[in-house]
Amino acid sequence: MQTNETNHWRTSRQCHSDPSQTHEKAPMRVTLLHSRIRVEERLLLDELERRGIDARPLHADETVIELTSDRDPGRPEILIDRCLSHTKAAAIVRAFEAQGVDCINPSSVIETCGDKLQTTAALARAGVPSPRTIAAFSYEGAVQAAERLGYPLVLKPTVGSWGRMVSKINDRDALDAVLEHKAHLGGVQHGVIYLQELINKPGRDIRAFVVGDETICAIVRHSEHWITNTARGGRAEGFPVTDELNEICVRAAHAVGGGVVAIDLMEDPERGLLVNEINSTMEFKNSIAPTGVDIPAKIVDFVLQHAHAGVSRGLA
Amino acid sequence: MSDTQTQTLTATCPECGAVISFDRQPRRHEIVQCPDCGTELEVVATEPIRLAVAPEVEEDWGE
Repeated sequence: MQTNETNHWRTSRQCHSDPSQTHEKAPMRVTLLHSRIRVEERLLLDELERRGIDARPLHADETVIELTSDRDPGRPEILIDRCLSHTKAAAIVRAFEAQGVDCINPSSVIETCGDKLQTTAALARAGVPSPRTIAAFSYEGAVQAAERLGYPLVLKPTVGSWGRMVSKINDRDALDAVLEHKAHLGGVQHGVIYLQELINKPGRDIRAFVVGDETICAIVRHSEHWITNTARGGRAEGFPVTDELNEICVRAAHAVGGGVVAIDLMEDPERGLLVNEINSTMEFKNSIAPTGVDIPAKIVDFVLQHAHAGVSRGLA
Repeated sequence: MSDTQTQTLTATCPECGAVISFDRQPRRHEIVQCPDCGTELEVVATEPIRLAVAPEVEEDWGE
């Protein structure tokens, strides 16, 4: 499946033509699935409209899909997923794909990137370096995994973002406390315990933006806090895309199925670049100015090239 | 809300009552922040512009 997805994106890129001309032949209607119109969604809609595309925002909560018919008049021609809810995004995109709708990103990419366990497994399968990670499924298993990793370590929910509920576990007492909290939070997802070695990173991490086969730009995020996410106050500045960075990011993107993704990397003093997470509905409003790259234009270029290639129909 | 308010692209913050001005026609579901109280607001209607407190972030929300 992953291999097919990767080949699929490659095929669409082989059909690449001059982006300045693609909009002339572009389909008239591009639907943007969302949960709210933030700066990113507004920039994408503006960019589509600027090129003469009929851009239609579609709120996830207002989406109704007749699963047993492919003649639903509300069915999009092309869909860009910008939905914040991982669960709804994966479900809506999968349903539309089954009706032959071109979706960027495909549901397989959304599902892999939206679940840290799946992301790590995909990276490991592709041989992309990432922090040592162990999954456990019980209290006893988590204790055993922690002993194997050694303290301090990081415990993360497998679903979620923006650094929420990511915990640095300094010792067994802290692990017991967090596991007890998870047990009382309810929700089946908390039964999957994702533990990762703590990387001794130099007070910063790297976020790289991959569109198709190219790392279009990157930023570095500085923070005094061990979580460097800009959503948590991390400070961003542009970072050069070296051959090494481009190579590992494109490999990581292909590992999860490719498309339009943001790769989070950490620098290990001994091992070099490690891919930490991959985001399939990337936020980029704070990265345009420091990189000088028109990220929404690059995304729209890719969407239109992909649409013209028209190779993803029936890929569900 | 009156036609005048629509033309001048303003709306009232439902949290603190401040009048919020827009430099362009906002889109429905667009997120804005009240400059007075800092509350995150959602544009729930555009003609005329009407604001509501934005929904809370849910557990599976993210990038």
